[in-house]
Amino acid sequence: MSSPIRTVTVEQVNAVIADAYSQSNHLLHILYALQQRFLHISHEAVREVASHLGLPISQVESVVEFYSFFYGTPRGRYNILLSNCTSCGYMVGDENLMDTLCQRLRVVAGKTRADGLVSIDETSCIGMCDHGAALLVNGMPITRLDASKIARIADLVETETPVANWPAEWFRIDDNIRNSSLLLKNDFAAGDGMRAMLARNIDGTLAEITQSGLRGRGGAGFSTGMKWKFCREAQGAAHYVVCNADEGEPGTFKDRILLHSHADAVFEGMTVCAFVIGAEQGFLYLRGEYRYLLPQLQAVLAHRRELGLLGSSILGQPGFNFDIEIVVGAGAYICGEESALIESLEGKRGVPRNRPPFPVTHGYLGQPTVVNNVETFAAAAHIALRGSTWFRAVGTEKSAGSKILSVSGDCAAPGIYEYPFGVSIQQVLDDCGAKDVQAVQVGGPSGTLINPVKFNRKLGFEDLPTGGSFMVFGQGRDLLAIIVNFAHFFAHESCGFCTPCRVGTTLLKNGLDKIASGHGTQYDLDEMKRMGALVKRRSHCGLGQTAANPILDSLQRFPHVFEQRLAHSNFEPYFNLDGALEEARQVTHRDDAAAHLK
Amino acid sequence: MSTEAKQNTITPNTITIDGQEIPFKDGQTIMDAALAAGVYIPHLCHRPGLTPHGSCKLCVVDIGSRGVSFHNSDRRVQTKFSVDIDGRSVSACTTPAVAGQQISNNTPALNEVRKTITQMLFIEGNHICPSCEKSGDCTLQAMAYHLGMLDGHFPQFFPHREVDASHPTVMLDRDRCILCELCVRASREVDGKNVFAIAGRGITAHLIVNSPSGKLADSDLETGDMAAHICPVGAILIKEHGYEVPIGRRTFDLHQVGEIGLEKVILAKVRHTDE
Repeated sequence: MSSPIRTVTVEQVNAVIADAYSQSNHLLHILYALQQRFLHISHEAVREVASHLGLPISQVESVVEFYSFFYGTPRGRYNILLSNCTSCGYMVGDENLMDTLCQRLRVVAGKTRADGLVSIDETSCIGMCDHGAALLVNGMPITRLDASKIARIADLVETETPVANWPAEWFRIDDNIRNSSLLLKNDFAAGDGMRAMLARNIDGTLAEITQSGLRGRGGAGFSTGMKWKFCREAQGAAHYVVCNADEGEPGTFKDRILLHSHADAVFEGMTVCAFVIGAEQGFLYLRGEYRYLLPQLQAVLAHRRELGLLGSSILGQPGFNFDIEIVVGAGAYICGEESALIESLEGKRGVPRNRPPFPVTHGYLGQPTVVNNVETFAAAAHIALRGSTWFRAVGTEKSAGSKILSVSGDCAAPGIYEYPFGVSIQQVLDDCGAKDVQAVQVGGPSGTLINPVKFNRKLGFEDLPTGGSFMVFGQGRDLLAIIVNFAHFFAHESCGFCTPCRVGTTLLKNGLDKIASGHGTQYDLDEMKRMGALVKRRSHCGLGQTAANPILDSLQRFPHVFEQRLAHSNFEPYFNLDGALEEARQVTHRDDAAAHLK
Repeated sequence: MSTEAKQNTITPNTITIDGQEIPFKDGQTIMDAALAAGVYIPHLCHRPGLTPHGSCKLCVVDIGSRGVSFHNSDRRVQTKFSVDIDGRSVSACTTPAVAGQQISNNTPALNEVRKTITQMLFIEGNHICPSCEKSGDCTLQAMAYHLGMLDGHFPQFFPHREVDASHPTVMLDRDRCILCELCVRASREVDGKNVFAIAGRGITAHLIVNSPSGKLADSDLETGDMAAHICPVGAILIKEHGYEVPIGRRTFDLHQVGEIGLEKVILAKVRHTDE
């Protein structure tokens, strides 16, 4: 098989664009089709897409450069992306699986092999944290990686075995539901929630959602009933419902299970919302890492159309028209921020908007829009069916209902745990079989790092709000390495819009690298505190405002993990003499002791 | 209730900045109201007449919790914010003025934050003031002086950035770009073109040109466009007009960056200040 890259003609590019356009006019989908077919998106392709869609060339170019899964230069025919998450990442103990794979395939990470066969790189968490180390090969997830599987993958790539012929069990993804409460325990038959909704009518349904006390499950916890009410009251040419399935917080995978096994409840919740706010169009924004779920989600939508639960005159109600389109992202954590998600839906870079105005009044295409989390919509569907009293019976006063946790890390049974709100951290740790716990990261890197004396704290909006990520770190873990990992994550995912986050996340990353490499001093710790506080308080959106949390939390609660790495001097320059020789070592292919200083 | 009513009758549509009461009209931002009253809030990416952007964060101010009134048109916004209103940090250029806001602006703590942000802008790019044609006319440099910045403080990033000298009359040196998007907005909103955009993300975000080759020469940028003159730093320069005004006679040799209404003076710098 020869490389297709050199022979690409404008006609071929245009054929791919036309074919993709006939299925969806969304910029991200057309770029995905080009990336799949030609393994990159050339400047020429950018020009053709711009002219086909009537967009500025610069807009298409800026989108290609923004999203991690689009490339300006050709990737390998096997494009392998290993998760760098602390739970499903390529570091297994001291073993670096990415290095192993790169060595076996004679590839430098980030660069395509000269014969165009393979490229290997790392990517942010792919949501397989309950399955051990994981990777995406041409977009398909393979989990439970170890050295022997890495060796077999290398062989399959070298022999150019099509991914479709790789062992099927490698691609099996389990739900791993360990504990169920309201949403995962109760059956939900398609249409039942909507029939109950129609019986209550709009006002009754909205009242039910409001009285249930349901709050946004993404972590911010805004009242769902209030959000729907504001949107309904907002004037606009059209109203929109958007389901935020861009679950990018490292350590979170609950939406994967909801979309895989409870998609009807999610789509039904969106339809209930559409009925309340008067929307005719809905979008499910699916993170690119979950693209493998797309065919089955499309099938659920098709089935719902057959049942008369989507389309025109839904369930025979004249004027109740609503349908849902799935838009697939392309690798950008920031698009989980609702206004960045809307920008992405509009075919732009995912840069968070200035607020006010809020999406409920000025959202998609400037129109009133509800953006809710996958879990929120699933809960809304159950509330429509079973009523607010049923929902309120569980949880606490300010945090009604249940919360689905994604438990991962150092425990016997990682997986999905649904609890009534108010559950303590210790309870979760006991249930998942976690022993000798050093720390728990609640809510992912953007959340809170908890030390053992606080394991009696309770999950809920009163105490510890969480989007659902629950990462357990045992005593054997190098906590500083985890903090460094998180700092790299935020620097990589910052959109670059505002100065504090764009520059600050990189300064924090560099400072931590310096400390972790043994060159940090007390001065650097003080600098971390000062920069962390500035990034947290002065950034434009939630990403920057939370990016310093792991550093600030650990400086406060685990100061020893920093202090034991400090150099015994008041000041060390950033400039690393040995590090400066790295390029020379690469050029001369040397890495022996004599090629290093000290 | 009675206090609110009372406050509304006494101070309709005013905000307070550093203790000074300032009137505002509906629809104005804190920055609009401040500038109209002759109060300077440091800013780089803001320019009256262009859509507020809120990216440089030089204009961060703190809004205190006292004296919050419930202005009818903003009732919903107020409700949303009431939970975390204690000492909220906002960008003055994008935040609507709301009656009763108690705003801190010209305080040592905020100016220290602004100085740090200015240092961050310096070290992420390649700003070599002594060899830059814009020296003395550069708002970033003037801001650094204004805030008492004596060094870059942080290690330099030394990024590799492309220079585009393809255009016959306009030079694009991305080394000095601070991503304020003034040229992006001026081109769209004033020139009726769409010459510039930002691509990429994070620390690799960069200015691109909307043309088939990506080069300025193939764009429809003209010397007379506002986008060719609005750059607050030396990233976009007019060719063949270097060093016409001697150091010592340049904009910020004669003016303070904190003077209100300097925009016209800065824009006019293509002409010799003696003219």
